[in-house]
Amino acid sequence: MTETIDEAQKNIVADFAGFTDWEDRYAHIIRLGKQHPDIPDEFKIETFRVKGCQSTVHLHARFEDGRVHYRASSDAMIVQGLIALLLRVYSGRTAEEILRTPPDFIHALGLTENLTMGRQNGLKAMIEQIKLYAMAFHAMSHSPSAN
Amino acid sequence: MSPTSHAATSPALDVQRVREDFPVLHQQVNGQPLAYLDNAATSQKPRVVIEALRTFYEHDNANVHRGVHMLSQRATDAYEAAREKVRAFIGAASADEIVFVRGATEGINLVAQSWGRANVRAGDEVVITHMEHHANIVPWQLLCEAVGARLRVVPIDDRGELVLDALGDLLNDRTRLVAFPHTSNALGTVNPSAEIIRRVRAFNPTIRILVDGCQAVQHTAVDVAALDCDFFVFSGHKVFGPTGIGVLWGREELLAAMPPWQGGGDMIDRVTFEKSTWADLPNKFEAGTPHIAGAIGLGVAIDYVHDLGLDRIAAREHELLEAATARLQAIEGLRLIGTAREKVAVLSFVVDGIHPHDIGTILDMRGVAVRVGHHCAQPVMQHFGIPATVRASLAFYNTTEEIDRLADGVAKAISMFR
Repeated sequence: MTETIDEAQKNIVADFAGFTDWEDRYAHIIRLGKQHPDIPDEFKIETFRVKGCQSTVHLHARFEDGRVHYRASSDAMIVQGLIALLLRVYSGRTAEEILRTPPDFIHALGLTENLTMGRQNGLKAMIEQIKLYAMAFHAMSHSPSAN
Repeated sequence: MSPTSHAATSPALDVQRVREDFPVLHQQVNGQPLAYLDNAATSQKPRVVIEALRTFYEHDNANVHRGVHMLSQRATDAYEAAREKVRAFIGAASADEIVFVRGATEGINLVAQSWGRANVRAGDEVVITHMEHHANIVPWQLLCEAVGARLRVVPIDDRGELVLDALGDLLNDRTRLVAFPHTSNALGTVNPSAEIIRRVRAFNPTIRILVDGCQAVQHTAVDVAALDCDFFVFSGHKVFGPTGIGVLWGREELLAAMPPWQGGGDMIDRVTFEKSTWADLPNKFEAGTPHIAGAIGLGVAIDYVHDLGLDRIAAREHELLEAATARLQAIEGLRLIGTAREKVAVLSFVVDGIHPHDIGTILDMRGVAVRVGHHCAQPVMQHFGIPATVRASLAFYNTTEEIDRLADGVAKAISMFR
């Protein structure tokens, strides 16, 4: 992936600008969901379950070479598509980048208000979890005992 | 589903006219006319109920049972008149047996904590069913954990009917209470309540019986005397009344012997720092200022249902159930969860390979409101080995056109996700 975190958001907004109705938007999200790889079974455990989602969402993060790499998936396809978008923006970034970047692209998806930030699909919970991981890795890498 | 069991004796409902009574139905959602098919979660309110709340607050608002002034008298009279309406609605012997609570959940908790703590001991048993709403599981679990009693569960079969023969094996000399739903919220199953109660009574008449009537009173006439249960609960908001008001009915001698659950104003006779004594029924169980407007609104909702006629409501809903069942069953890959022979118009279903959440989202985009999830009945989901279902629950004001939109929406979702 060569796009920066800001470019990723811009490109997603541009992708969705071409769709004129909800059906096309959802069809695209579903397409992204189908292409998105499932999280490995070893991470499909309670520890990695994102609470606050009506579907089952697992999210795993690892810190490598100064960047946070996320893996996540859901058993619901629309949520899976949203995960694909979230990970395109946030995965493989530095903790600082993740923490300073609000998920502005979500508003450009053209989903209804209750679907964007409501608890129904757990988008809010997923973003919080993504940021929490970044915060934890940021604190770890900046603590005096870190090597 | 027996097709002859709901023969109406009076003329059929004029659905279009009845829909005019429900202001909320006349709106667009996501650019489509709202098709509200989530009535088992909460029903919509007729204008007369909404007006009753407004009238109370505009003209009669005062606290009950306290003032000598005119408004307090009027509020008290209206509140107690609502209690009498509830009494008549469920066939209770006395209005003193009608306790206003927040909802069925509070009613069950009241029985579990008051009657339960006084009567259930270590080693005793409470019997519930596999099709309970969590509200009829967790209060008994809390009780059992607190006193060291044991929770026993009547199983269900793959149609979503109770395995009645298992009931006999579960009853024993430690059984103190049997609690079951008149009608399942997740499956739509109408249980043979009278038969269950007859069997429990035949085994031991001192076993207490609580019936969760949440999904019953809006669909069918209930008579607690004829049922011969000991406790009956329902929520006002599911029978076209306001939220935050519900009913616990209990046999007078049982309620009289039960200790208060919550303490406060309005439930006492005399209070000193040494000892307080309790008010008579039902005030003993109504600590604090009750939901006065809600109770009055519930009374008006009951009048509304009575005027429409539960026989006509049942006939109409049965037509809708048959139409919806036929439409959904024709969809390839769709599996109805809950195919009991006696059902209310609740259609839970799953579609092979598509998450219920995804189907619900597409339906919402098309203005069709359904419930997606476990419906506060996770053990039911576990029985069928599924995480969730889509649930369409119909009321008499729904139309066959809305059922078509449901079925078309599901078909559309399938085409989008496959």
